[in-house]
Amino acid sequence: MNAHAAGSQFTAADDDGVAKGDTLLEVKNVSLSFGGVKAITNISFDVKKGEIRAIIGPNGAGKTSMLNVINGFYTPQEGTITFRGQQRRAMKPHHAVRQGIARTFQNVALFKGMTTLDNIMAGRSVHMKSNIGWQMLWHGPALAEEIEHREKVEEIIDFLEIEHIRRTPVGKLPYGLQKRVELGRALAMEPSLLLLDEPMAGMNLEEKEDMSRFIIDVNQQRGTTIALIEHDMGVVMDLSDRVVVLDYGKKIADGAPDEVKNDQSVIDAYLGVAH
Amino acid sequence: MAQAATSLDTFPKYLLLNADRFRDRPAMRHKDHGIWQSWTWAQQLDEVRAFAVGLEAIGFARGDRVAVVGANRPRLYWTFVAVQSLGGVPVPVYADAVAEEMAYVLDHAGVRFAVVQDQEQVDKIQSFKDKIPALSEVIYDEPRGLLDYPPEGLHSFAAVQAKGRAVLAAEPERARRWEEGIRKGSGDDVSVMLYTSGTTGRSKGVMIKAAGAVQAASDTVAFDRITEHDSVLAYLPLAWVGDHYLNYAQGYVAGFCMNCPESPQTVPQDLREIAPSFYFAPPRVFEGLLTSVTIRMEDAGRFKKWMFRHFIEVARNHGEAILEKRPVPLSGRLAYALGNVLLYAPLRNVLGMSNIRVAYTAGEAIGGDLFSFFRSLGINLKQLYGQTEAFLYVTAQQDGQVRADTVGPATPNVDIRISESGEVLFRSPGQFSGYYKEDEKTAEVLTPDGFIKTGDAGFFDKDGQLKIIDRAKDVGRLNDGSLFAPKYIENMLKFFPNIKEAVAFGNDRDFATAFINIDLQAVGDWAERNNIAYASYQELAGHPQVYEMIARNVDETNRRLSKEPMMAGAQIKRFLILHKELDADDGELTRTQKVRRAFVDERYRELIAAFYDGSTEKYVETEVTYEDGRKGKIRATVRIADARVHGSPSPRAVREAAE
Repeated sequence: MNAHAAGSQFTAADDDGVAKGDTLLEVKNVSLSFGGVKAITNISFDVKKGEIRAIIGPNGAGKTSMLNVINGFYTPQEGTITFRGQQRRAMKPHHAVRQGIARTFQNVALFKGMTTLDNIMAGRSVHMKSNIGWQMLWHGPALAEEIEHREKVEEIIDFLEIEHIRRTPVGKLPYGLQKRVELGRALAMEPSLLLLDEPMAGMNLEEKEDMSRFIIDVNQQRGTTIALIEHDMGVVMDLSDRVVVLDYGKKIADGAPDEVKNDQSVIDAYLGVAH
Repeated sequence: MAQAATSLDTFPKYLLLNADRFRDRPAMRHKDHGIWQSWTWAQQLDEVRAFAVGLEAIGFARGDRVAVVGANRPRLYWTFVAVQSLGGVPVPVYADAVAEEMAYVLDHAGVRFAVVQDQEQVDKIQSFKDKIPALSEVIYDEPRGLLDYPPEGLHSFAAVQAKGRAVLAAEPERARRWEEGIRKGSGDDVSVMLYTSGTTGRSKGVMIKAAGAVQAASDTVAFDRITEHDSVLAYLPLAWVGDHYLNYAQGYVAGFCMNCPESPQTVPQDLREIAPSFYFAPPRVFEGLLTSVTIRMEDAGRFKKWMFRHFIEVARNHGEAILEKRPVPLSGRLAYALGNVLLYAPLRNVLGMSNIRVAYTAGEAIGGDLFSFFRSLGINLKQLYGQTEAFLYVTAQQDGQVRADTVGPATPNVDIRISESGEVLFRSPGQFSGYYKEDEKTAEVLTPDGFIKTGDAGFFDKDGQLKIIDRAKDVGRLNDGSLFAPKYIENMLKFFPNIKEAVAFGNDRDFATAFINIDLQAVGDWAERNNIAYASYQELAGHPQVYEMIARNVDETNRRLSKEPMMAGAQIKRFLILHKELDADDGELTRTQKVRRAFVDERYRELIAAFYDGSTEKYVETEVTYEDGRKGKIRATVRIADARVHGSPSPRAVREAAE
């Protein structure tokens, strides 16, 4: 019943009480370690409402750990995270979802045996209000709700241009389309902050171009704030408004793509320096 | 004058009529957000009226030309009739045209407005808009991604309609005036300008007049007894004459419902959901369907496979006879009825062909087996022959008189004549009034007495059906004077699954010969099953057993040719299996996989010479281009085989045999 109360707190991107350009998420002095291994050391940055924020860095820089901290999977030992004005330290991922944070994964994590439609519908479950009794009966409020959610899902299907695979089990789909379905499921949660963990990994050029366009469209048309991790520098520099660079768990640069690109410490981190 | 004003000689007049006689019948459906949305004829009239009046409000004037670019969507089809209702000319343009081609067409047609589907097309047009001063307003259907574009000269379809509705609300007289304008419209006006796809040089604007277009559509609607109860799925390119004719023109005249797919990729599913009663597809679509059915049956269990084979055999024996209402033994009828329950009906359902009453194919030759497969399932598949210049139909097969190798007799009110040189000439009610701004080219294709030259060579068969054999310019003669149509022979060869490509020679020679490319997949499968090891295409192509197999195919081709008096002279006397696959990278094929004859002639001159000097093998070196652009050489000794010639072909051959 707890979840029910939390569910009513949910607010979509356009009415989350944060004005465009204001700070949506603030990460302050966060450190995370696993035993003796320091994954993240004293990192601070913020994400402003309505922007596309990239987190980049060489392998093992702590990018995915950072994402996991933001969406509550890891609890940092030090530091605070403020999302929509609420400070927190420890939380569970489903609380993050109810607060309006959705994510996709580096390795596609879909229900392989279910259709595209059902996978995206699953993303709506956070918004389902009718109780399990009605849902089992499949009548009254449950049916009305189902129709309402289906409409939202159809909008997403239309948005991502995946009408032709609506009824296809996702396990049968090529990788690029699976990534798109995963984005669809995250969008179905109507998040105010969308975390994308390497949305372009393993894609060919054409799929990357498509995905870039969808990310921009999500950002511009739905007003969703996006934080993404990506290895393809071309994509990052074109897509994002601001970039934060991590290396060995430390922040080494933060700013507009052009500034970051010319930052000596960033160049060193990527290309290595003579010792 | 009153007579002229009320006669039905334009499509907008049919819109008014249909909104009256079929008021509550569906006119248009479109799958959107997973649900089929539909509009009745009355609602369609309302949408078109709002858009037409809105167009006027943003400056449309009589005679303006409007480009229509995009996929099959209701709003684009409404644009056609809205523009026609205002005395303008719609100019549909291929949506996949690159910016440069599109710029050429838009400039040449002198369009002032463009109604396009989405951001992609808007971007394309804006990239060259400066160079086309006439083009002032662009209207888009889907707003996605366009919200932050500068608004000058850019309108959403919905906004134009809203403007129209505001005008209609403010001026109650306006609707009546619009309808009066339609009634005053003349059948002499140009109804649509269709640009040819431009495979031979720059594309040309084919002008079709309204009265002729309506007449042609009425004729074929009567020919196939199409009514308002029929339905179609509009999935062919909007700018192609076939789509404009079969879906738009026939749809308005007959009053049937046009269904627009959700997206180009969903066509197979949409087809299945709608199950149209009238269907058109080029041969390669049917080929693709058959292949997918065959592949899926390969994965089926043993019992299902057996059932499939068994009942397809039953269908092959009796299906076409039952379709054509010819006598069939009772046992055959019973077996077919059982097959219909177990196989044919479910298969038709999967293919979206459950309700098909009339289906057509055209555009290229279709294999007899492929054609029969669909007909034997109970699908009334027929052939037609047509051209943009004819506003589609020149010939069409009648129900019950259908063959794979002909295209039928002339459609009603069409005259066909074969010229001295064997070229097909026609005169039809829907024929074009000329190429836009190109009188010279118009004159080139017209004969002095007003017939249009098709550029195709053909002849009438015994039963009065037209047979198209080749492009007229490719048809030649053997030295003994018998007709030699290379593509006709090549197509016959290519219908064998083992043969992928063939090139026939014989013009100004003593006899016909052919290069063969084997189909690596089909022949490779065969080799695997028969434990024949091979390392490369070249090795397989030269294998004696492969030669034997292909010789049987050539023999069968000759046997078929010998049965046709016009073609019997050009049977293949000698053939060889080429040591490499013809490839577009080497310039032997066009990018659309058509043989470039002149180039092949030149490149393989030595091999062709060997055909005629009696050698049984020939050593050749051929330069090839690899995928990464490197060049290499293939060396091979190609064996030249003789083929058996049937019947009594040329007199010369008979004399030789007697000596």
